[in-house]
Amino acid sequence: MPISPVLMTAEINQTDSAFSHPHLLGIEGLSLQDINYLLDLSETYVQQNQQTNKKRDTLRGRTQINLFFETSTRTQSSFELAGKRLGADVMNMSVTTSSMSKGETVIDTAMTLNAMRPDILVVRHSAAGAVELLSQKVSCAVINAGDGAHEHPTQALLDALTIRRRLGRIEGLKIAICGDVLHSRVARSNILLLNALGARVRIAGPSTLLPKDAERLGVEVFHRLDAAVVECDVVMMLRIQGERMNGSFIPSAREFYHFFGLGARALSFAKPDALVMHPGPMNRGVEIDSAIADGPQSVIREQVEMGVAVRMAVLDALSRNLPEQKVA
Amino acid sequence: MVLIPAHIDNYSARPVAYVNARLFDPSSSLDETGGLLIDRGVISDVGAGVTAARSPDTEIVDCHGHLLIPGLIDMQVFSGEPGFEHLETLGSASAAAASGGVSTIVCKPNTQPVVDDVAIVDFLERRARDTALVNVHTMAALTKGLKGHEMTEIGLLKAAGAVAFSDGPFSIKSAAVFRRLLSYANDFNALVIHHVEDEDLAANGVMHDSEAAMRLGLPGICDAAEVIVLERDIRLVELTGAKYHAAQISCAKSVEVMRAAKARGLPVTCGVSANHLVLNEHDVGTYRTFFKLSPPLRSEDDRQALVAGLDDGTIDVIVSNHEPQDIDGKRRPFAEAAFGAVGLETLLPASLMLYHEGDVKLDRIISALSCTPARLLGLDSGRLEIGAPADFVTVDLGMPWVLEVEKLKSKCQNTAFEDRKLQGHVMKTIVAGRCIHHFEP
Repeated sequence: MPISPVLMTAEINQTDSAFSHPHLLGIEGLSLQDINYLLDLSETYVQQNQQTNKKRDTLRGRTQINLFFETSTRTQSSFELAGKRLGADVMNMSVTTSSMSKGETVIDTAMTLNAMRPDILVVRHSAAGAVELLSQKVSCAVINAGDGAHEHPTQALLDALTIRRRLGRIEGLKIAICGDVLHSRVARSNILLLNALGARVRIAGPSTLLPKDAERLGVEVFHRLDAAVVECDVVMMLRIQGERMNGSFIPSAREFYHFFGLGARALSFAKPDALVMHPGPMNRGVEIDSAIADGPQSVIREQVEMGVAVRMAVLDALSRNLPEQKVA
Repeated sequence: MVLIPAHIDNYSARPVAYVNARLFDPSSSLDETGGLLIDRGVISDVGAGVTAARSPDTEIVDCHGHLLIPGLIDMQVFSGEPGFEHLETLGSASAAAASGGVSTIVCKPNTQPVVDDVAIVDFLERRARDTALVNVHTMAALTKGLKGHEMTEIGLLKAAGAVAFSDGPFSIKSAAVFRRLLSYANDFNALVIHHVEDEDLAANGVMHDSEAAMRLGLPGICDAAEVIVLERDIRLVELTGAKYHAAQISCAKSVEVMRAAKARGLPVTCGVSANHLVLNEHDVGTYRTFFKLSPPLRSEDDRQALVAGLDDGTIDVIVSNHEPQDIDGKRRPFAEAAFGAVGLETLLPASLMLYHEGDVKLDRIISALSCTPARLLGLDSGRLEIGAPADFVTVDLGMPWVLEVEKLKSKCQNTAFEDRKLQGHVMKTIVAGRCIHHFEP
């Protein structure tokens, strides 16, 4: 049923206290109510983004700085577009970590930017916990756009939104997350969020790419892709970094594809209409076959579309908790 | 189509009954007088009921009361192919194996090129099929180029036929690399075999670090070089749960470490070479390079501890660690000479010395040479049971003989048992029902 975006927003505006957090640092710490609030709000922006006029003035006068210590194309542009569509002034800052000694300099950079009075900082950093550290030092809202192998909350939200829109629910679904779980912040955030929403999550990969005590996250662990995807509603593949395929964690791309690449044969073990997802960017022919990535079950491009809507919802929700007037 | 090498002419389409034998199989606690009926390469009957009288239309072979045991399985053989054909080939190694009662050899990966690619496993399988008399299995490399850094394609190599993984004569220095190897291998239920020796501690040592080495003025290899790596490995097995096999242990402290690890229920096993069970550091004498082995021959106390470890099951398998070396490699000053000795043809008689001395029971010895390696490698052989491959050996257990170097079938004669008086001789070796070796006194 198409929902009028105006109506939806009006409804949500009545429950303003639904999202009370000053920052979005991770899925950890969000209540089921928080998650559903953000997903519902995202729905309205999906509608808005499909209109000719995608622009709103929700964030007019606000300044959003995208502070990326780690390079990114899709997440950064998604946040940039989200901010612009809501009327914020958006500035992108890319800081390469190579020239920095981590920790202290992160704080220095944050303090400097804070002095410019931004309202929202969107931060990505290669070190787990760096975004939270930074959030303690600034007086604006902070969104974690990925910190090390810790969390990437907006990715998990956009994945959940994609699944919910396609399958109508998340509760009770069997969802397999496959590949390099060990180094993946996407996997951690997704496991937390999907578990919170009542999905039955499985992870699959070679032992060298799975956390040692993965079961403690409340997931089922598999070392064979075929077995992991049996009867699954969703098969989510993770990106494997090139430097891990040279024998350090797995022997070769060839062997990884042979045992853990999602091709037609492996996918045939999942439910016939199972969704295929990937947070991107993909290594075609390594973790996923091109025919599957571009096939009818793939919702990979839809994930990108949902990304903008989810980020608009997050910016919107956090901005409601910002003070109207800052103390000089 | 199965290609049979031209020199095998003993193939019979008729069933063959080996009768009047002392059937001995530790895997089923079998020890009785009887016979073995072979049909199309497979054991079709076994026991006291198999006699000449009861086997019409069958070729009868009288075993004259000799011991009939499962064919030996040697987990540590350097076959020379590819790249070292001047030392040994699959053909010559398998002839030596046949002569020694070894029906299955597992070849080490430290060849040229190294067995770290599916294509090389495939080459060896074909080469063995065309030229070898005995069953040949491939041990693939754990790390690319045996360099100890990057893991090989363990999944694909196993699918191609590799039965185990090892870096041959090299230890993997990095604990992090070894941990990931164990984790990864465990996903494929692959057996990891490791040479336990700390490279830095062993350095340029050439024999056991002891008074003997001091008097000879030779650099020693302390037993700690072995024990440190073994203990590290066991901690990593504890972390990963992987199947682990120490290729060879050589000292008393290693026996203690293995005994404790097994008591804790860890999936660890180990091997010992027949050389280390019957020889010690004093055999080196005055710089005799045929006794320069890796790991080195150690003290008499160490040897006795190894024998005790074999007897109580702490040590699982006996290997030959067959290392052919030519005269150019051995006729050098001790420190410069190559390591290793040929051993396929002395594996059984050397091991039987322990039985004749009363040190180890016969079933422990035969088990360590056949059924236990079969179990570790996941092979169907190593047992005298209906349906099992007809791989077996008849042995005159009491026959005294002297090892004459010129009668060795191996391309190289670097044996540690030259002119030694031995007791127990292989009479016949049968692989897949074909008699490939028959001793004529």
